[in-house]
Amino acid sequence: MLAQFGFGVFVLTFLLALFSVGAAVVGYFDKSDRWVETARRAMLLTFPLISLAVLTLAYLLVTGHFELQYVYSVTSKDMPFYLKITALWGGQAGSLLLWLWLMSAFASAVTLRKWERDRELLPWVIVVTSVTLAFFLSLTIFYENPFTCWWQTTGSDFVAHMFAPAGAIPVTPADGQGLNPLLRHPGMIIHPPTLYLGFVAFVIPYAFAIAALITGRSDDRWIRLTHRWTLVAWLFLSLGLVLGMRWAYDVLGWGGYWAWDPVEISALMPWLTGTAFLHSVMIQEKRGLFKQWNMLLIILTYALVIFGTFLTRSGVLSSVHAFAQSAIGPMFFAFIGVTFVTSVALLIYRWNDLRTEVEMTSLFSREALFLLNNLLFMGILIVCFWGVIFPLISELVTGQKVTVGPPFYLRANGPLFGALMALMGIAPLSAWGRSTYKTLGRALWKPSIPTVIVTLVLAILGVHNWIALVGFTLVAFVIFVTLFEFWRGVRSRQKKQNENFLIALWQLARHNRRRYGGYLIHLSMVVMAIGILGIELYQTTTQKTLAVGEDIQIAGYTIRYDSLAQFPYTDGRIVTRAALSIFRSGKFLGNLYPRYDYYPTSRQPMTIAGVRSTLADDLYVVLVNWENVSASQAPFKVYHNPLVNWLWIGSLMFIFGFLVAAWPERDEEKRKEKI
Amino acid sequence: MKTRKIFLLTFYFFLFAAALIPAVAVSAQQPTPSDDEVNAIARQLYCPVCENTPLDVCPTTACHQWRELIRQMLAEGKSEAEIKQYFVDYYGARVLSEPPRTGINWLVYVVPPVAFLAGIYLLFRAFLTWKRLAKEPITGADHSSALRSGTEPAEGSGIAADDEYIARLEEELKKRK
Repeated sequence: MLAQFGFGVFVLTFLLALFSVGAAVVGYFDKSDRWVETARRAMLLTFPLISLAVLTLAYLLVTGHFELQYVYSVTSKDMPFYLKITALWGGQAGSLLLWLWLMSAFASAVTLRKWERDRELLPWVIVVTSVTLAFFLSLTIFYENPFTCWWQTTGSDFVAHMFAPAGAIPVTPADGQGLNPLLRHPGMIIHPPTLYLGFVAFVIPYAFAIAALITGRSDDRWIRLTHRWTLVAWLFLSLGLVLGMRWAYDVLGWGGYWAWDPVEISALMPWLTGTAFLHSVMIQEKRGLFKQWNMLLIILTYALVIFGTFLTRSGVLSSVHAFAQSAIGPMFFAFIGVTFVTSVALLIYRWNDLRTEVEMTSLFSREALFLLNNLLFMGILIVCFWGVIFPLISELVTGQKVTVGPPFYLRANGPLFGALMALMGIAPLSAWGRSTYKTLGRALWKPSIPTVIVTLVLAILGVHNWIALVGFTLVAFVIFVTLFEFWRGVRSRQKKQNENFLIALWQLARHNRRRYGGYLIHLSMVVMAIGILGIELYQTTTQKTLAVGEDIQIAGYTIRYDSLAQFPYTDGRIVTRAALSIFRSGKFLGNLYPRYDYYPTSRQPMTIAGVRSTLADDLYVVLVNWENVSASQAPFKVYHNPLVNWLWIGSLMFIFGFLVAAWPERDEEKRKEKI
Repeated sequence: MKTRKIFLLTFYFFLFAAALIPAVAVSAQQPTPSDDEVNAIARQLYCPVCENTPLDVCPTTACHQWRELIRQMLAEGKSEAEIKQYFVDYYGARVLSEPPRTGINWLVYVVPPVAFLAGIYLLFRAFLTWKRLAKEPITGADHSSALRSGTEPAEGSGIAADDEYIARLEEELKKRK
């Protein structure tokens, strides 16, 4: 009964979304505020309705209604309560529902704002968000319905249908299959919602951009209106990526955080265009330039958001992430095609209206460097996109599948990321307008001196890998430039306002949060780069089968195998856990307990590495469950990952930088209200 | 005569067999390749079953057997290239971490740099056009004259550049207030 209720809510919401599209279009062309208001209210209703469907499914999951195919496939009786809740997005149908829920929340929030000044944009914002909602609702209703139930047909077959096939009787399995063990991790519990928040939030600036194109508003109002949405989207997408990395590091047991898997790349691609967009809109805000380019970037970002969801959910590319395969691929493909072609056609239609008189006299001006930054992001995007789709092209043309793996991406993207880091150092010192190499050179020499010293010290200390030397030099350069920027600003305030250092720093950041928050984000990126350089260039690994009392040596550490224990856990899994002692130079450092958990219900194992983390390195030990393990001897794979913790520290710094950059300024708010 | 011939043949056979014994014994005594030696090759190969998973970390039974096959081939004295070729012959080019540089696969290596170079070319050409336009008399609205006047290249010392920067910074901060 509840299942039918949930399905009914979907159908009603779908009709409501379609109605809001129609009402908004009629309202726009008839210049009828009443129709537009009706469309807005219809759109607002979608959020409580989808929330109702979400609550219904959550209730069915928690109470173990295994007669539902979805509940049966992602939960079991022995799962703890919180995992039954997170099972909501543990499968294909549920994750699409989560996408829908977040999308409706964002769409509702945006339609609740004051629209007096931008009334003509409202109908088209409603149309774009409602069309996106209707598309995902149609997928849920026709292909990935989480409310389908089990039935036993007259031929004794078990089938999953929404409504009873002729002569079939309902079936309720005694227990479910349980959540995929890989998803029973805190990182995976919050990774999908965070990533999806990033995805759906980018729909909002896209909706405003399309509304601006349709209504012919060629000013930068849509950018100003959606600036904070874009930042929020970017924050969540970035956090989603980092959480995914952390999950891979903790759960997948390969000692790394990023495998250039097609599905990882599909989440990275909208981040690349989104980051390029964040930089590029500054040129439009400051100098009114590149309106067409900004439109193209947000259109691309939206297309890549849908493309990313398509790759993750359609099963078109098999990978560790593609847990489910379904028939929704062609629908996605058609939707991406139609929205992309329509958006580009609109852009071409308005091309001349968006043309601006470009004045750019120097290759060293900030806008020129921002353009170069955009080019580099586009370069990385091309590498990623091509690497992801090439195996499909190869299969189509030659019938032979190929793998495009990490060596390709690292070789192609490494120099581009390096160039981006160099720009991160140079661009803040350039000025809008007419910077020259002389003015830029004068600004650069001071931070360059400590950078050169750092490089020399590293070389003397034994860093002879040229990629590492270049990488760490760039890291040092960005850090010194950023600190130099803070110092110059503070010194200026101290002179003029007679403030002490801390007050001057606070006031400086308070009055220009976007700039200094941006600098903090740059700092966080290079701190993350320290971790990436460390693990990518200096990771070492060894594997050995040890008898009790034997040890492995790696990077100065000695790891001794002490014992092995196997025991059942309260949630039904069987835990096999080794105890190891860690020594360095004969000194005992502590114990590690790598383990693997076996889930009998789903017959799946999960490897949990034992990790000793310091700022200098991680010692990452895996009990190799795929080899023969016994109490007397067990195989261990050990990774030594230098500096990797800086990757996670950098991500925390990133959140702080973002908060500084995006925190609403009281003065600004007041000014906005006056405008 | 015939007996002598048989005797000689038997003698040579045993002599040959005796000569082989040390070689066989040495071969049998060769140490089994270590896990690290096996993984050094396995990490360059991708599991033909679980896509996008390197062979050295793939937990399936099939991959365990393939790792043992690598160990066996190493013990037989096969080189890294020979082992990789064996897997390519049996399972196709998908087991390699990158497409082999043949035929249509060249596209994967050529398209990104060509597209990127085309981007640089287009940007540079556009920049030259903008520079030419900027030299013509300015008629439109000036968005940031204050900023640009502050960033006019000033000949002189680094201190002058600093002052210039501070002036620009203060101008911006004033605007923000």
